[in-house]
Amino acid sequence: MWQFFHKLGSPKWFFGIATRFMPWLLAIGIILLLVGLVWGLAFAPKDYLQGNSYRIIFIHVPTAFLAQSIYIMMASAAIVTLVWRMKLADVFVKAVAPVGLVFTFLSLFTGAVWGKPTWGTWWVWDARLTSMLILLFLYGGAIALDRAINDEKSAARAVAVLVLVGVVNIPIIKYSVEWWNTLHQPATFKLTEKPSMPVEMWVPLLLSVLGLYLLFGWLACMRMKTEIVMREQKTRWVRELVMAGRG
Amino acid sequence: MAFDSFSAFIAMEGHGPYVWTCYGVFAVLLVGLMIWSSRHHQAVMASCKRRYQQQESSNSARPKQAATFARVEVSQE
Repeated sequence: MWQFFHKLGSPKWFFGIATRFMPWLLAIGIILLLVGLVWGLAFAPKDYLQGNSYRIIFIHVPTAFLAQSIYIMMASAAIVTLVWRMKLADVFVKAVAPVGLVFTFLSLFTGAVWGKPTWGTWWVWDARLTSMLILLFLYGGAIALDRAINDEKSAARAVAVLVLVGVVNIPIIKYSVEWWNTLHQPATFKLTEKPSMPVEMWVPLLLSVLGLYLLFGWLACMRMKTEIVMREQKTRWVRELVMAGRG
Repeated sequence: MAFDSFSAFIAMEGHGPYVWTCYGVFAVLLVGLMIWSSRHHQAVMASCKRRYQQQESSNSARPKQAATFARVEVSQE
């Protein structure tokens, strides 16, 4: 167990594993996402209440879901950074924060465009939307803080603390639709209940969530590899790897 | 197929502009992020390679000439 933990912290070991898994993540991710989106766009039945505008759900839910789970992963990595000083955890936080920022922006943007025909407005200051906007600022703050501090170790610790403080926002996002009266509809998927949608709607939605998850995995591997090469460029193994043109 | 024709698919009963804007922005940002990350990785690898090659060529270059101590006549006037 401990040996595995140490291996996991080794950038060299991670680099090899990531390189091996990345083609699979990319291929399966693209296939699942495309099948889910084409199915959702062209073949899923129309919603009886919202009409065709509901088809935005097939990108709104995956991006919103990823935006939150990336933050939870970053927070877990932040704990590892603070407690065990594991290099790779900090590399992860730094590499995926911009991806989380883009996905949060996308979920807000698609939500606004969906809101116009459905609620009659682009934006309302209700709990769900506001807490997602705070998530966007948290991602932006983590990126900016990391860039503002030159020393790698202090930057890692400062960003980890910021990410951990911001994690209080995640349950607020999750339960905002239950705690407060909001315009936003309640969660589409719940672990404990059967989905309230018909099968032809939730299967493509599930496929696009999975597809985007895999593509996020690919993005995380790619960006972590870049960060590792930059940090470890003085080591012999990176030198050999770069000169051989692998990776 | 949930639509009768291709034009009905594009129009989506008036919701077309909303739906297609979302899918367009999503595709551009996701593909853009993937291409940008991948290119950045290539660029970092290439710049590392250049630096290593520079180091190697400067290491293998012949050692610099030892400093010479030539006597210089300085006028005392």
